[in-house]
Amino acid sequence: MSDMHSHLAFVRTEMLAQQEPPIKEKGIVKWARSNLFSNWVNSVLTIVALYVIVRLIFSAGPWFLNGIWDTSSLAQCREILDGARGACFSVLSERWQQLLFGIAYPSDQYWRPTLAFVLMLVAAAPVLFVALPRAMLIITGLFPFVAYWLLWGGTIMTSVFVLIGVVVGYLVFTKAERFGFVLGLVAGLIAAVVVWKIGGAITPAVDGIMVLEPVASRDMGGFMLNMMLGVVCISLSLPIGIMLALGRQSHMPIIKGISVVFIEFIRGVPLITLLFVASVVLAYFFPPETNMDLILRVIIMITMFSSAYIAEVIRGGLAALPKGQYEAADSLGLDYAQAMRLIILPQALKISIPGIVNVAVGLFKDTTLVSVISMFDLVGMIRGPILASTEWNGVYWELYGFAALLFFVTCYSISQYSQWLERQLRTDHR
Amino acid sequence: MVDTTQMKVSDEIAISIEKMNKWYGQFHVLRDIDLSVYRGERIVIAGPSGSGKSTLIRCINALEEHQAGKIVVDGVHLTSDLKNIDAIRSEVGMCFQHFNLFPHLTILENCTLAPIWVRKIPKKQAEETAMHFLEKVKIPDQANKYPGQLSGGQQQRVAIARSLCMKPRIMLFDEPTSALDPEMIKEVLDTMVELAEEGMTMLCVTHEMGFARQVANRVIFMDQGQIVEQNEPEEFFNNPKSERTKLFLSQILGH
Repeated sequence: MSDMHSHLAFVRTEMLAQQEPPIKEKGIVKWARSNLFSNWVNSVLTIVALYVIVRLIFSAGPWFLNGIWDTSSLAQCREILDGARGACFSVLSERWQQLLFGIAYPSDQYWRPTLAFVLMLVAAAPVLFVALPRAMLIITGLFPFVAYWLLWGGTIMTSVFVLIGVVVGYLVFTKAERFGFVLGLVAGLIAAVVVWKIGGAITPAVDGIMVLEPVASRDMGGFMLNMMLGVVCISLSLPIGIMLALGRQSHMPIIKGISVVFIEFIRGVPLITLLFVASVVLAYFFPPETNMDLILRVIIMITMFSSAYIAEVIRGGLAALPKGQYEAADSLGLDYAQAMRLIILPQALKISIPGIVNVAVGLFKDTTLVSVISMFDLVGMIRGPILASTEWNGVYWELYGFAALLFFVTCYSISQYSQWLERQLRTDHR
Repeated sequence: MVDTTQMKVSDEIAISIEKMNKWYGQFHVLRDIDLSVYRGERIVIAGPSGSGKSTLIRCINALEEHQAGKIVVDGVHLTSDLKNIDAIRSEVGMCFQHFNLFPHLTILENCTLAPIWVRKIPKKQAEETAMHFLEKVKIPDQANKYPGQLSGGQQQRVAIARSLCMKPRIMLFDEPTSALDPEMIKEVLDTMVELAEEGMTMLCVTHEMGFARQVANRVIFMDQGQIVEQNEPEEFFNNPKSERTKLFLSQILGH
């Protein structure tokens, strides 16, 4: 450096102040120039798009603004509108209970599914947000039993005995596990069944305690039914899917074989076929006196269906992990269960989040397929009782738009949550 | 630096391998391996790629299965019995070429995981031990970062600390410096030299011949799945016996 300092020398005596960028290079002007009018093709496209948007607003705007909310039939709407464009939202304000809760749920009991919904949000919170106190997981554990009691009614003792059975079964399992995993599982199962049998015998005797008006499964419907099926099936299919994915990777031929056959068979069959099996065929395989609840049968089928898909998504996540992670876990002396729970699954599930959410959102929307086997979910409600009634025959946009809105809000929330979660879990390239 | 090759080695056998053979399908990777490692010994295993040196040390903690022969590690006979395998693995630490830290856990969690879950040590005590070893590898200030935020050399030193937290009696190194930039190799080797000075039993697959000269008390040369030559480092480098060893040494020490 020393040989060139004579003619290249430079010393700054005062520092330059920060300046504003030129007006063309900042804010909305720059944004519009670079995004909307960067060349003539883009400019033309921008103008065409603007035209389409304006036309849409001008045609849909009046339809919304002229909407009528307080008539009791489509004919009255048409009378009031008198040929003008306008929506007949009265169908929503008159039939909203049916859209949400189905046709036969007793109207003085609507607080029960509403309360169950609120409790569901509370119960889901500690699972979804790690920052919340872990003690809240107790609510999550109790929620299924409380929700069953709230939705189906009857005495709370049924739920209590089921809960006791589960707890006793789990305790017996943890005690018996050291004699072998399978033995522990069988012992736990037997203990639970024994408690359920005893509970079943005692329940009639204590029938008077905290009784809610019983509601039969066939009386459930509307968006509530979609929610029930969606929430139950997603929460069941995730653990089952994980087990299937691990089973498919297993070195034990029988477990691997069962997993592969199950996954490939279920994925090869349309969901609608499985639902028909649930509603019609399944009854042939059970003894005539058993009367398995239709909702339960549908839940089993949808869970099987989605767990097969989730298993494949998770298998992708497992395959994406470098072999070194398995080896590092092994070399530290972790056993299989520890390695999976602490090392492999946290990483594999993180990779699988987009795929799992994809399946979950798809599954939630697929719950509307139960309308085909004459269950009155939200879509079944619209297609059946409401559109078939003399008052509302012919109202399509308003009803299906409402259904779409409900599903969109739910699915979009799930999607936003998953993206937030992915950002939270990103520890590798910070 | 202390010349560790002069350090005392005990008569107690830490690892004994007899007539061990391994196949990948039809391919005979390891052929009739006989090897006894004494406690406190530091062995460097060298050889061309594909000679089976990594496979050999991976057999010792059962990351690879051997099909014939006998391996006894620390008095435990290595069979397909999972209990034996886990027992051996918790006594034998291992460092990998690509570090294999757990990217979803912090440095500290990486180090405390196995002590807490395998050794059932209380969390607080495990953290103290972890900090002790992180200080030893000179990165205690990175304890709460994630592996992805560290340089390669730092990651490898964490990997060494992670193994040490299990208080292993034997350490296996599988090309620990091959994935590192030249300037990071030194910091990792320094850590390993320090470990050797403390009398740790070490088996190290490496191409760092300087390290072998300084630290090892035995160098093993492998080719085509067999042990071709083994000797003390001075003799091995200055006076190799087999033609294959001479060729190998002339190639790697050529520049």
